[in-house]
Amino acid sequence: MIEFRAVTKRFEDGTIAVDELDLVVEAGTITVFVGPSGCGKTTSLRMVNRMIDSTSGTILVDGKDVMSVDPPTLRLGIGYVIQQAGLFPHRTVLDNVATVPLLSGWDRKRARTRAAELLETVGLDSGFAKRYPAQLSGGQQQRVGVARALAADPPVLLMDEPFSAVDPIVREGLQDELLRLQGELGKTIVFVTHDIDEALKLGDRVAVFREGGHLAQYAKPAELLSAPANDFVASFAGRDRGYRTLTFLRADVPVREVTTATLGSTVTSNGWVLAVDENRRPVGWLSPVDGATEVTADKLISGGSLYDGSSLRAALDAALSSPSALGVTVDPDGAVVGVVQADDVLKALATARAAGEVPS
Amino acid sequence: MTWIFENWDKFLELTAVHLRLAVVPVLIGLVISIPLGWVASRSRVASAVLLPLSNILYTIPSLAMIVIMPALIGSKILDEINVVIPLAIYTVALLIRGISDALRAVPGHVVAAATAMGFRPLRRFITVEFPLAVPVTIAGLRVAMVSNISMVSIGALVGLGGYGQLFIEGYQSNQDKVWAGLIATIVLALIADTLLQVAGRVLTPWVRAGR
Amino acid sequence: MGWLFDAENWSGATGIPVRLLEHLAYTWLTLLIAAVIAVPLGAYVGHTGRGGFLIVGLTNGLRALPTMAVLILVVLWAGIGDLPVYTALVLLAIPPIMAGTYAGIRAVEPATVDAARGVGMRERAVLLQVELPNSLPLVFGGFRSAALQVVATATIAAYVGAGGLGRYVFDGLAFQEYDQMLGGAVLVAVLAVLVDLVFVGLQRLTVSPGLRPVGTGGKS
Repeated sequence: MIEFRAVTKRFEDGTIAVDELDLVVEAGTITVFVGPSGCGKTTSLRMVNRMIDSTSGTILVDGKDVMSVDPPTLRLGIGYVIQQAGLFPHRTVLDNVATVPLLSGWDRKRARTRAAELLETVGLDSGFAKRYPAQLSGGQQQRVGVARALAADPPVLLMDEPFSAVDPIVREGLQDELLRLQGELGKTIVFVTHDIDEALKLGDRVAVFREGGHLAQYAKPAELLSAPANDFVASFAGRDRGYRTLTFLRADVPVREVTTATLGSTVTSNGWVLAVDENRRPVGWLSPVDGATEVTADKLISGGSLYDGSSLRAALDAALSSPSALGVTVDPDGAVVGVVQADDVLKALATARAAGEVPS
Repeated sequence: MTWIFENWDKFLELTAVHLRLAVVPVLIGLVISIPLGWVASRSRVASAVLLPLSNILYTIPSLAMIVIMPALIGSKILDEINVVIPLAIYTVALLIRGISDALRAVPGHVVAAATAMGFRPLRRFITVEFPLAVPVTIAGLRVAMVSNISMVSIGALVGLGGYGQLFIEGYQSNQDKVWAGLIATIVLALIADTLLQVAGRVLTPWVRAGR
Repeated sequence: MGWLFDAENWSGATGIPVRLLEHLAYTWLTLLIAAVIAVPLGAYVGHTGRGGFLIVGLTNGLRALPTMAVLILVVLWAGIGDLPVYTALVLLAIPPIMAGTYAGIRAVEPATVDAARGVGMRERAVLLQVELPNSLPLVFGGFRSAALQVVATATIAAYVGAGGLGRYVFDGLAFQEYDQMLGGAVLVAVLAVLVDLVFVGLQRLTVSPGLRPVGTGGKS
């Protein structure tokens, strides 16, 4: 657990970066600090491992005042991941990951074995171990950065905009990976970002900061969207926050039947036909035609996003992005189970509202 | 050139002296410039003093510095230290700016990452910051080594050994000796330069790893 | 230091002003000749990217050349005069100027060069209007280090009977007059600093304000 008690940081030039911050980060959860630049979120993070010292107030990590421990010792027990990864360019990937265990006095062999395990944990195969950071892509460097931070198995992990320098697709992969890792490891993570979507996706709780180092709201993601504490949070959360609220709603949407056909077969249907492969995975839509048609790859219109039963948002998006207005619903193996319609999603939302699940 | 083969023993003796007078100052200079470069990279005041000072030291003609030494430090006229100290000073002057620039160029996020992992400053310098400055240091050492090998000859004007003696003796008597000294100097410089280059490659495998 | 402030040494055909001018003349003409040779070579190789190894090799090789030996060999071949002095000094000045020009051109942002071609410049214009102006800070760096070395090394020219401030050093050495030797050495060092300042001024005047280093904030 990390506890901020009336923490203030005033820089030498008089600017107040963090103003009387009171906040508790629960053990084993991801807490995201989000806000525009200059709002004090990074400063708050860096006061935890004393990269910056607070001007007044107290920060407790597992009940212990950070000011009572000398910085290097404190930092050995806190993992730290930053935007450019901060890998040591002159050391191999393996030696980068082994750094903290070696600093903590492990013998070389044990440190390296541990490092090799961790590379696997973050999804890098052993071929990467002997490479140098310059030989990796941005996303791979970030994975090494995470592995390095986890190497000594610290209970606390500080992540300062770790994924903001990689492209959106890689970023999404890294976010999913982090959630998976967290599911296994259960660390106490503080994550700083300026991207509200990232905050809502990763955070068990989200702290929205505003200029001048004020905490505007500290709440669960769904609450932040549905009940913003003030105009600042409402506008920061973005224009389509109503739509995004759906992300946090799980409700039953009726799954309807759909005509499917495998490639090469002949179908007679005057509606949309969903083409599937031999494992019943969707490959595309065939638009309505009169009479019998053979299903060939060149006639297919590629489909929209897939609904895996996760949230109302995924269901609605699947329906809206599909050429047939039918959202393809798949099971965990990716096989087609049916389709959902936008109308049904809206009805499900209305039901949830009536049940009080969505504050209106 | 034939002089070398006809006077092999004398040649080897001159080579040993020349090498000693060139290499010892480079080593001394290196040991001095690492801490000075670090100080200059850390403090604006120190760099505002050290860098111009090293420029000025570099402008003092080597011959002048060599002949002044005995008056300055009370050494004997024919003491090798009269050559070693000036050349060590030039080496420091050459290395200090490069080392301080290279230390300053170590990316802030790398230093921050090291600090956040719990490195104490001295250890961080030895294992992270200085290794990253090694390529620049080697480049500086190569220049210093080659210019020192070429400059040692000046010592002959005050009676100190090395290939410079061949120039002076040759000027009076025999052109072949001058050529012998000239070629030997260049060959020695190229060998030393190549060795340093190879050492640099071995010490910094990550430099070539960049794509 | 008494020698330096003795009025007697400041007049006549072997007085300090005359020697200073001789030394300056060696320096300017040497730099001029070296520039005519080294700048086009460095610029050409930098622009085309072909033969970079040649520049590096030539630079290192010339740096190893002992000036004294060159001086003596040319004297033995052509006799005492200006030729040996300029030969030795020009060979000394070429490496830094050539390396500076080459490095300067190579260091110009590829995107800038690309953009220059993109707006329709011919190769000549790319080199003269874009690459060279952008490389000036490093070119000046080369000139400044060449000037330093030439001013310092021109001293040795006196060994083969040439003029310049080196006379005081060698005469002092010959007559065991430390005063004179020290005075000569100080004058050379002062001259080197002044010449360097002239180059700093020239650099201010010719380098585009857009290329001046932007004030960098302190480390956080």
